Amino acid sequence: MMSKITPQNDNVMMGLFALAILTMPIWLMPIGASYPDLMQKFAIFGIFAIGFNILFGLTGYLSFGHAAFLGVGSYTAVWSFKLLSMNVVPAVIFAVLVAGAFSFLIGFISLRRSGIYFSILTLAFAQMSYNLAYSVLTPITNGETGLQLAKSDPRIVDAMFVEVGAGIPSTNFFGIAMSGYSGFYFCAVLLIIGFYLSLRITRSPFGMMLKAIKSNQNRMSYTGLNTRPYALTAFVISGMYAGLAGSLLAVTDPLAGAERMQWTASGEVVLMTILGGVGTLLGPMLGAVIIKYFENIFSAFNESTLNNIFAFLPDGLQDVVVSVVGLFVGEGWHLTLGLLFMVIVIYLPGGLVEGAQRIRAYVLKKREKKSATSHQPQIAE
Amino acid sequence: MGILQVQDVNKSFGGLKALHNVNLDVEEGAVHAIIGPNGAGKSTLLNCFVGRLKPDTGSVMFDGTSLLGIAPHEINQAGVARVFQTPEIFGDLSLIENVMIPTLAKRDGAYTVNAWGRVDQAAEIREKAEHILDDVGLVEKREMHADSLSRGDKRRLELAMCLVQEPKLLLLDEPTAGMSRADTNNTIDLLKRIGERGITKIVIEHDMHVVFSLASKISVLAQGTVIAEGAPQDIKGDPRVQEAYLGGAHL
Repeated sequence: MMSKITPQNDNVMMGLFALAILTMPIWLMPIGASYPDLMQKFAIFGIFAIGFNILFGLTGYLSFGHAAFLGVGSYTAVWSFKLLSMNVVPAVIFAVLVAGAFSFLIGFISLRRSGIYFSILTLAFAQMSYNLAYSVLTPITNGETGLQLAKSDPRIVDAMFVEVGAGIPSTNFFGIAMSGYSGFYFCAVLLIIGFYLSLRITRSPFGMMLKAIKSNQNRMSYTGLNTRPYALTAFVISGMYAGLAGSLLAVTDPLAGAERMQWTASGEVVLMTILGGVGTLLGPMLGAVIIKYFENIFSAFNESTLNNIFAFLPDGLQDVVVSVVGLFVGEGWHLTLGLLFMVIVIYLPGGLVEGAQRIRAYVLKKREKKSATSHQPQIAE
Repeated sequence: MGILQVQDVNKSFGGLKALHNVNLDVEEGAVHAIIGPNGAGKSTLLNCFVGRLKPDTGSVMFDGTSLLGIAPHEINQAGVARVFQTPEIFGDLSLIENVMIPTLAKRDGAYTVNAWGRVDQAAEIREKAEHILDDVGLVEKREMHADSLSRGDKRRLELAMCLVQEPKLLLLDEPTAGMSRADTNNTIDLLKRIGERGITKIVIEHDMHVVFSLASKISVLAQGTVIAEGAPQDIKGDPRVQEAYLGGAHL
């Protein structure tokens, strides 16, 4: 049950989305997730997953190497902080452009194959980038230590306008420091813009072509459409989203390390997208929030918090419950996530969004039935 | 001089000679049927026209340009559309989207990025697509997923997707295979109706009822070679054809 696609309905969804994102500090409070660091992560990985979904969800190409673009975005942003200015605007712009160029190169080669071969190619490229960042590219990436700001950085643009201060300056948006809530709102606004762009792409003729590629490449060709440039454009767009997310990671915490490019990071965005709902608009965002929430909140649970929660139980039972539940939280949060993921893939291949749609359909049906039975006596009369 | 000229086409798969010196001349506006027993090379021949296979030797000229060595999408842009034996449609998409995609491809060429416009607001393209769906009798089902259609309806949809592009040449690979008698007759009627648009058609078909109701010319293929060619009534009486194709039985 989907409501009809019209510009009006999309505007309503867009408005609700923006409202939900901007009021996060309020409605996340009861579940203990309303601190800026975590909300920044929600927004940043939301952007990453939304962009990834344009390639995976719409076009049907499963990339296992998107973390490479995330890493490239981070490195570019930090270099922009080091060389040009602590202002985040050039950092974000350069990161998106460099990630776009980088994804063009990788996409150009990887898209010669589809299916599992494409996935393996992207994985190989990403692992290659990761290892290069650790070894030969050390002058650019600073190897294992990671790329960090230093007091001696030139910062050409800043040097022209501002007096050099005592310590390392912080990242800023024309003077507003990009930490805490202001950092979150900066990410949130970019997330909302990113979501709107993905909405427009989904509804556009271009988006329809991407869906057609996912559906049947043979028919695409015999319909007179060249699939390669469409897929490449989608690849570059999603690479730019990843670059944007990477730059925001650097904006909120100005350092960049190679581990950001590792395959586990690439796998994480795949999980987010599948968990929330592949090919849906809201799914990737939802998946990103859930995974980051688990990672940060569930992993922080320890025995004493559990003992507090289950304090109402009789002593013996409390110990048993705490030790059983303890397996699933704290360091074991991956277990919970894994189980959740299995349940979703088996019972809801369309992700949580499909689940929500099913519930909605069920409720509507029930309501219809109810109104049908309540009308029956009248018909009898 | 026909619109499609096939000269001395040879194609081997390993040791098997699938096509042996095939010559074909398809006249503009004709409905040219290619018949022959299983394994005669009919589908292989069609695959050589749309860029799926490349012949070992020989030439395929369409409207003055060679179809060999160019990509399938370029062949389509030149005006050749094909209906497949197993319908090739966009199963995940709605019927109307299935038809809008070829409409856009025809209008905008092989690649354009319009990532800002809205498909649901493209009234002109939508109208054109609905019109074609109406022609093939599927307009009522336009919002359904293409995967949920019956086999016969999928073929109709694929035909609509080809027709909306107004091709110069339409290739039909067994358009009635696996259909009931009633569906077959519906398809014949439909093909006759679209015949009025003056599109040149090549039909591969096993069902003689279909062939003789539609074709203006018939080529008989056996073991990769054209063994007979001519008007339907000549083919019907040709003893070689009856020998090769019908095992001596009378039509």
